[in-house]
Amino acid sequence: MNCRECATFLDEYFDGTLELTARTSFEFHLSRCANCVRYLESYRSTLSLERAAYDDPAVQRPDIPEDLIRAILDARASRVRRPD
Amino acid sequence: MPSDQTSVAGVPVSPDDEQALVARLRQGDADAFETLVRTQGGRMLAVARRLVGNDEAARDVVQDALFSAFRSIKRFEGHSRLSTWLHRITVNTALMRLRTQRRRPEESIEPLLPTFIDDGHHASQFATWEGADALLERSETRQLVRDAIDRLPESYRTVLVLRDIEQVGTEETARLLGLTTNAVKIRLHRGRQALRTLLDPHFGSERR
Repeated sequence: MNCRECATFLDEYFDGTLELTARTSFEFHLSRCANCVRYLESYRSTLSLERAAYDDPAVQRPDIPEDLIRAILDARASRVRRPD
Repeated sequence: MPSDQTSVAGVPVSPDDEQALVARLRQGDADAFETLVRTQGGRMLAVARRLVGNDEAARDVVQDALFSAFRSIKRFEGHSRLSTWLHRITVNTALMRLRTQRRRPEESIEPLLPTFIDDGHHASQFATWEGADALLERSETRQLVRDAIDRLPESYRTVLVLRDIEQVGTEETARLLGLTTNAVKIRLHRGRQALRTLLDPHFGSERR
């Protein structure tokens, strides 16, 4: 396995779905290629970072702005007056 | 996927309260609609914002999704929590908007993908990411990552957000986007690789 193939199998490697022969080749390549190890580690960190990126309560569940509430309620009221 | 907890101002709402709200919505109760907007609108806005990538479009999505929910509340059978049902409607509405507003060809993702020389070795030497995981605790870091996700080409960002953030399964993502499951896996992998490239200048040490 070379670096290109190694990069292709990253998701399956992390998911644990890489079949045994490919996994053995993958890990053998990593044992000889420090550059791929750095790539793999930064890819792993990317996954952690993106999954945590929206963890802030203010981002996950922001207050809905009052002007948007008003706009929605006004639009609803006018639709009730003029059913579509 | 959102948590199954529905709350008003941080106070949990019981399934009984939710049933009562649904019953009032079915009767066309205007106050019930306002309760729905106030209790669920914020979460819906967050989902819409992640998918459409900007605040203005997200507001339109929330409005359309709430009207759609109100129109189809009779079809809500209570098999899932109201918040889960609304999440699905918001995702569908956001994807519909992305389909209709797609006018210009999107930027290529190729410049953000790793390159290789003829023998299959990486063309670049990668830097070690020092302490990236520890920086997760900082809100500035999370903002930086969110900004980077927003910079991904739309068709990759959509898949990455659905799969990694909204926790939608591969098959469901494929169905929502009209793609094969293999295409979803490829886009997800490329999206993650591109995100890694965008984050690299912020986390990579001075190695190269």
